Amino acid sequence: MHKIAVSFWSISIIILGLVIVIYKSITLSIPFTSSAETEIWTIQARLSFNTYGRNIKATLYVPNITPGYIKTSENYISGKFGLNAKHTEDNKTANWTIRKAKGYQTLYYRTTITKSDSEIDWTSIPDYPKAPVFHEPYSTSINKLIEDVRSQSADIASFTFELIDQLNTSDKDENIALIRGLANTNDEFASLIIKLLAVAHIPSRKLWVIGLSDAANNVIPQVLIQVHNGDEWITFHPRSGITGIPNYYLAWKVGVAPLYKLKGGSNGELRFSVKKSYIELLDIAEHQMKQRDSIFGKLSLTSLPVQTQNTYSLILMVPLGALLVVFMRTFVGIQTFGTFMPILIAIAFRETQLLWGIVLFSVIVFIGLLIRFYLERLRLLLIPRLAAILVVVVILMLIISFVTNQLGFDRLLSISLFPMVILAMTIERMSITWEENGANVALLQGLGSLVVASFGYLLMTNQKLSYLLFAFPELLLVILGICLWMGRYTGYRISELLRFREITTIDDRKA
Amino acid sequence: MNKFISRNILNKLGVLGINQRNTDYIMRYNNRSLYPLVDDKLKTKNLAVKAGVSVPELYAVIEINNQLKSLQILLNKHHEVVIKPAHGSGGNGILVITNKIAKKYKTSGGELLSLNAIKHYVSNILSGMYSLGGLPDQAFLEYCVKFDPIFNDVSYKGVPDIRIIVFRGIPVAAMLRLPTSKSRGKANLHQGAIGVGIELNTGSTTYGVIGNTFITIHPDTGCPIKDLILPYWNEILQIAVKCANTVSLGYLGVDIVLDKHLGPLMLELNARPGLNIQLANQCGLLTNLKEIEKMKTIPDETEERVSIAQTMAKQSIH
Repeated sequence: MHKIAVSFWSISIIILGLVIVIYKSITLSIPFTSSAETEIWTIQARLSFNTYGRNIKATLYVPNITPGYIKTSENYISGKFGLNAKHTEDNKTANWTIRKAKGYQTLYYRTTITKSDSEIDWTSIPDYPKAPVFHEPYSTSINKLIEDVRSQSADIASFTFELIDQLNTSDKDENIALIRGLANTNDEFASLIIKLLAVAHIPSRKLWVIGLSDAANNVIPQVLIQVHNGDEWITFHPRSGITGIPNYYLAWKVGVAPLYKLKGGSNGELRFSVKKSYIELLDIAEHQMKQRDSIFGKLSLTSLPVQTQNTYSLILMVPLGALLVVFMRTFVGIQTFGTFMPILIAIAFRETQLLWGIVLFSVIVFIGLLIRFYLERLRLLLIPRLAAILVVVVILMLIISFVTNQLGFDRLLSISLFPMVILAMTIERMSITWEENGANVALLQGLGSLVVASFGYLLMTNQKLSYLLFAFPELLLVILGICLWMGRYTGYRISELLRFREITTIDDRKA
Repeated sequence: MNKFISRNILNKLGVLGINQRNTDYIMRYNNRSLYPLVDDKLKTKNLAVKAGVSVPELYAVIEINNQLKSLQILLNKHHEVVIKPAHGSGGNGILVITNKIAKKYKTSGGELLSLNAIKHYVSNILSGMYSLGGLPDQAFLEYCVKFDPIFNDVSYKGVPDIRIIVFRGIPVAAMLRLPTSKSRGKANLHQGAIGVGIELNTGSTTYGVIGNTFITIHPDTGCPIKDLILPYWNEILQIAVKCANTVSLGYLGVDIVLDKHLGPLMLELNARPGLNIQLANQCGLLTNLKEIEKMKTIPDETEERVSIAQTMAKQSIH
């Protein structure tokens, strides 16, 4: 009875999932694989603030001139706010207004860009700046520095480079140390350079750029310096002095004004997130725009905020990991510590990569076990002992980070998310298994956990699967169906074929 | 050599696998709400006493750390005693104290423990170290079984016990578990104890198995373990049937010990009994299980159930 019901449900759910996938791929013509030919990035700016029933005006600078990249789509999520976008000479602003608003508000700007060869550049011609006034002792030092730099440079570009170079490298020069003391942050440092350039009557400004990574939330905009040489704007890095916008950076805004302005609200916060994908996902987005009436168009993950998309591209892989655990345990019969612990370890491996992850896991568990065996002698109560192991694990992680930093492996510095609670529980369970069932069983289960975690990592980081699940989240129904079906699997586990292998030996001898 | 046995052979022998045990037997015949009756050994003891089944005498229950003060008095009163967690599983967390030497207590494994070490041990039990899911637990002290002389030559420290699988109230398989030096006196197959098959109709032992190796003599004592005739065999089967009846679990493992003076005593019950019993008997459980599944009604009488089991065993031997 149960078996028939389970088969019915699992097959129905699998078919339903597949039908939706096929329907979607036909009607929305979403491809099943992503080709890695053209990269696109979706950049999202999220502006949030508190309001108290007053008139609100929020202005956000958005990209206008983007050398090296072209915007393929742009959209604003404004809620109840009225929106108008304004072009100024080099910049573009999104202006949101509302007469009355209460509570926490969130506004989004989202743009999709791809690489482009077309030469677009800033065309504005600035006025000569007025020289700013510095007080003593700064003014003498600055004048001396400007004289120094001028004597060593031929034109505006070389002057700027020389200035940046001197400011960053001459460590022993007291003059420069004094000037450098005027700026603490990168932003202040850029402002300082602009002021110094103004002393020499060179027009300059800031350029804000956004780094384009595979997927990142809370991207911090970087600030560069632009100087005008009479013909064009030349971009400099304020620390290295390298000219031009570095690769994989998108020009967001130029000028001194902050990235956003807020009138009538408080606690404004601007966050950027970036997600890289391939051209097909762009197609999805476009198709989804066209098919707004289609329910599946509305249900596309690409319509969610980028931060949420980034999170989902990970979350969607977790059911696959769970499926793997089910398979490994009910079909193969591999023993692990805890049911889904290997999956959590596999997720942690994403931070460290597989090999380092395994090394790190083994080292921490090994040392943790040694300490745990000592703690056993101290006769502590269970919960304090667990907490003690947790603290030990954190200390071990710290030590490993320090050591690897000294040795120059930066990979292991990114273990921040390594699940220390899970490591602590693993150590505790492993030591109890060790004492009660012997070292063999404990090592076997530890190894089993690592094997399942490694397979889980490979499965969950597979780009093709990741794309498939992201483009067709309906596949979750298929995974659900398979889980249900495996839930009624009554056949032998592979481990049992080993376990019972001797069951016939005596009978053979009799015969 | 092929290390794996084929699925077909296992099917032909009627070997029950974990997946099938869980889905077709445990989930179908064991009501989850009844699990606490067997997972809590104190509850099991109470129920058994009410049903007229003999159990090792309960000396004391320790529920909170504060009661550890009375441990010394208890240990002085009973020189031989077994300390168990109420919710332990797989024989874990059991401490057998056999003797007092000076100020130290000697365990069945031959270790000498101080009073403080035992207190720490009990406190670990209370904090849930041996209980399922790590929930806070109780510890209890009970009579230490002095095993029947028949086991004198085939037991290494610790007490041998008899595991009987009862399905729908009818015994389907039995196995004798003998402690070894490797199992450190414990009668748990996973820890290296010997599982010895028992013929249900006669109560005589067959081959023994350690891990996956068949043996006929005890590796520690060198004495034969085959063809021992277990005393009280009929009574043992009756106890198993009565226990299954009392807790109303359809698929049950009953653990019984033979005491020198008191005869068979029920030690504990298990709602998820292991499958190694098949290896010890070189015979799958499925044949008997399926035959009993086919029965429309099962007689109520304990004797009748035992005789059904023994008839089935006779038939399978031919």
